[in-house]
Amino acid sequence: MEGVSKRFPGVVALDNVSLSVGAGEIVALIGENGAGKSTLMKILGGAIARDGGTVKIDGQAAEIRSPREASALGIEFIHQELSVLDNLDIAANIFLHREPTTGGFLKLIDRKRIYREADALLRKLGLDLSSRTPLVQLSIAQQQLVEIARALGAGARIIIMDEPTSSLTLTETRRLLELIKDLKSQNVSIIYISHRMHEVQEIADRAVVLRDGKNAGELQRNEISHERMVRMMVGRDLKDFFKGAAAGNGSKADRDGFVVKRLRTLRYPNHTITFNVAPGEVLGFAGLVGAGRSEVARAIFGVEEALETDVWLDGKDLRITEPQDAIGHGIYLVPEDRRLNGLIVDFNVRENITLPNLDSYSSAKIINFAKESKVALEAIKAINIKTPTPEMRAANLSGGNQQKVVLAKWLTFRPRVLIFDEPTRGIDVGAKAEIYELIRNLAAKGVSVIVISSEMEEVLGISDRIAVMHEGRLTGILNRPQFSEEAVMRLATGTEG
Amino acid sequence: MKKELGIFILLIVLCVIVSVVNPNFLLVNNLQNLARQIGAFGIFSIGLGLVIITGGIELSVGSMMALLGVLMSMMLTEHGYGVVLTVIASIGLAMALGLGHGLLITRLNMQPFIVTLCGLLFYRGLARFITNDETKGFGAVGFDSLRFLANGNLFGIPMPFVLLILIAAITWVVLHRSVYGRYLFATGRNSEAARYAGIDTNRIITVTYVISGALTAISGIIFAFYTNSVSPANHGNAYELYGIAAAVLGGCSLRGGEGSVVGILIGTALLQVLRNLVNLLGIPSSLDFAVMGAVILIGVMADQIFTERRNRRQVALMRELSAREAKS
Repeated sequence: MEGVSKRFPGVVALDNVSLSVGAGEIVALIGENGAGKSTLMKILGGAIARDGGTVKIDGQAAEIRSPREASALGIEFIHQELSVLDNLDIAANIFLHREPTTGGFLKLIDRKRIYREADALLRKLGLDLSSRTPLVQLSIAQQQLVEIARALGAGARIIIMDEPTSSLTLTETRRLLELIKDLKSQNVSIIYISHRMHEVQEIADRAVVLRDGKNAGELQRNEISHERMVRMMVGRDLKDFFKGAAAGNGSKADRDGFVVKRLRTLRYPNHTITFNVAPGEVLGFAGLVGAGRSEVARAIFGVEEALETDVWLDGKDLRITEPQDAIGHGIYLVPEDRRLNGLIVDFNVRENITLPNLDSYSSAKIINFAKESKVALEAIKAINIKTPTPEMRAANLSGGNQQKVVLAKWLTFRPRVLIFDEPTRGIDVGAKAEIYELIRNLAAKGVSVIVISSEMEEVLGISDRIAVMHEGRLTGILNRPQFSEEAVMRLATGTEG
Repeated sequence: MKKELGIFILLIVLCVIVSVVNPNFLLVNNLQNLARQIGAFGIFSIGLGLVIITGGIELSVGSMMALLGVLMSMMLTEHGYGVVLTVIASIGLAMALGLGHGLLITRLNMQPFIVTLCGLLFYRGLARFITNDETKGFGAVGFDSLRFLANGNLFGIPMPFVLLILIAAITWVVLHRSVYGRYLFATGRNSEAARYAGIDTNRIITVTYVISGALTAISGIIFAFYTNSVSPANHGNAYELYGIAAAVLGGCSLRGGEGSVVGILIGTALLQVLRNLVNLLGIPSSLDFAVMGAVILIGVMADQIFTERRNRRQVALMRELSAREAKS
């Protein structure tokens, strides 16, 4: 891929990016969230069209207009979110959309053949299962292997893996990495997208680094080190990002403020979570995907039932069973999935901002439009939401501005506790800095802030203290002097505590 | 308002065509009759439209009217209940049934289609059973107030139409100006996000089914006295489909979160004009469903095209903004 560019409304996602992969080579594609890795791979996989540049395969210019065309060229994509159909069995998934048929024009599926060939593929991958097993009975790791089997079955020469280990346990990850090396020896090329530096270090022949939609550099096998990768990924301006972030010193707990005691979530009923956030404090929540952090947030906010909770705010015992209870106490959540939970994307900006607080802009339950518009306009100005008009559909805003709308919604109240779940996921760098500033400002006003984040730099940069979770357990809380990537990772992987 | 414009133009064009081809369309008698039909169908269609905006559906409307019809007849003619008591009981029963639907849908997480389909079957069967499948009527005299509601005119305007306008005005305020209305749209469009915003979505949905029940009862009273006899097997058959068609024509999306009172009104009017048109233009009456089907399809298709275009304009506007920002 040479000089590939892609623009989205509001963001230049890729600017003149190049990437090459040799046969049987493992290339790691790394960069922060929003650096353009996924966009680049979606172009290669035919899911989206590029605006400029060329793609060549074996020296031949290739036009990849759809995932099917990519597949025909031997390019297979294994997504971060599994794209298997769990209502079908393994073989049906492996042969989906290219089922061998029999019976002439009747086009019956050649069941004998797909089970035979699927079984062979599974054995090749070291998966000791019958291909008749329904997908629902498989673990995430096993489902992922089915995806790899599908890619191989389709004759893949280049396999793109987007964060394949993000929901795997350590042993499962080990096994996957072995498998990838195995594929390499069979001359399959791998493009490996990951945030996990040690995995890249272990398997990659070369690491290509993207930053803000541009090539930020390349490291050969012997040059790959944790530090060099991080430096290339983050660039120079990391410190600017979090200027003022270190305002707190981690010992603001003169008052307990917001206290959560003995919280047990449905997903991890055997672990109890206890922590507090002082007014004006930012408590980071670190951990791997699936560690149970979002479940904690949802349970506090009342959208998800908790087995047990005991939530206190300034010495008052609160009872929260529904989001409206939490909202009534000044506890708000900026959820992980903006488009699904944070916003009504078909509503315009004004309607989204005023939704939770409508009663304040109405008399006798009739909405006062002038008042409503005024509040919306003020909110848009206050946190600099980039929209030409408050009547713009939220769906048409960029990710960063959508996130600001979600936040604006809560700022029309007087927040006392604000929980951010992955506040900058899929947001471009400029908007990220603004969100960080907003978070710090809130803390400065005495709000207790919780920031759940899977981005190490983010959680280290913004927090006064960091709570770390591992598989549903709160493995430790770090104070600022103890902050380091290693300390967080040790707790997050459960090797300590 | 733009959304309703297209379908409104369609309505006007149809009216002009019919009146040119057959001037009888404009006879006071015909127009009065048409308005009466629009009134009777419009009232329950508004309720159904609200339910559709929640993302649900209400299929039991026709059967509910049959059940209410025979019960009213029995209460008035066989048990000698007063008019007021009968009306209150009918509306109360319909609201209770709506509440039942709402609770089954929100508390037990059942699908609206299934709950109300069972209602459709159950109420029809019940109506036929309690009457031994015999047609019930209201006789030739008495119950003047209810007869007036169905057959009378106010300054030449048929009462059902007057009632419709009154109810539409109230629902318009509720849907488009009140907090409940906004919550209704939010719940229908994305109930998860609505919950995250602190809206009690279960309550909103349940209340909507109750309102639909009440409006169905009012329509039911009108239909019962309009026909003056209620055949439990046929009365109100397929009326829910008229309501759904009117709502969809008027811009309600079956995905929920979209629609307007004005749209539903125009949709209802369009359907009734179509029925009238089949009559007046000498089209074989066996074709009337086909004509309706075709016009609904065209109407909804046109609406979809308009929506796409409007959204493309907004996206273009955002592009422009980001381009301007990139320059500065």
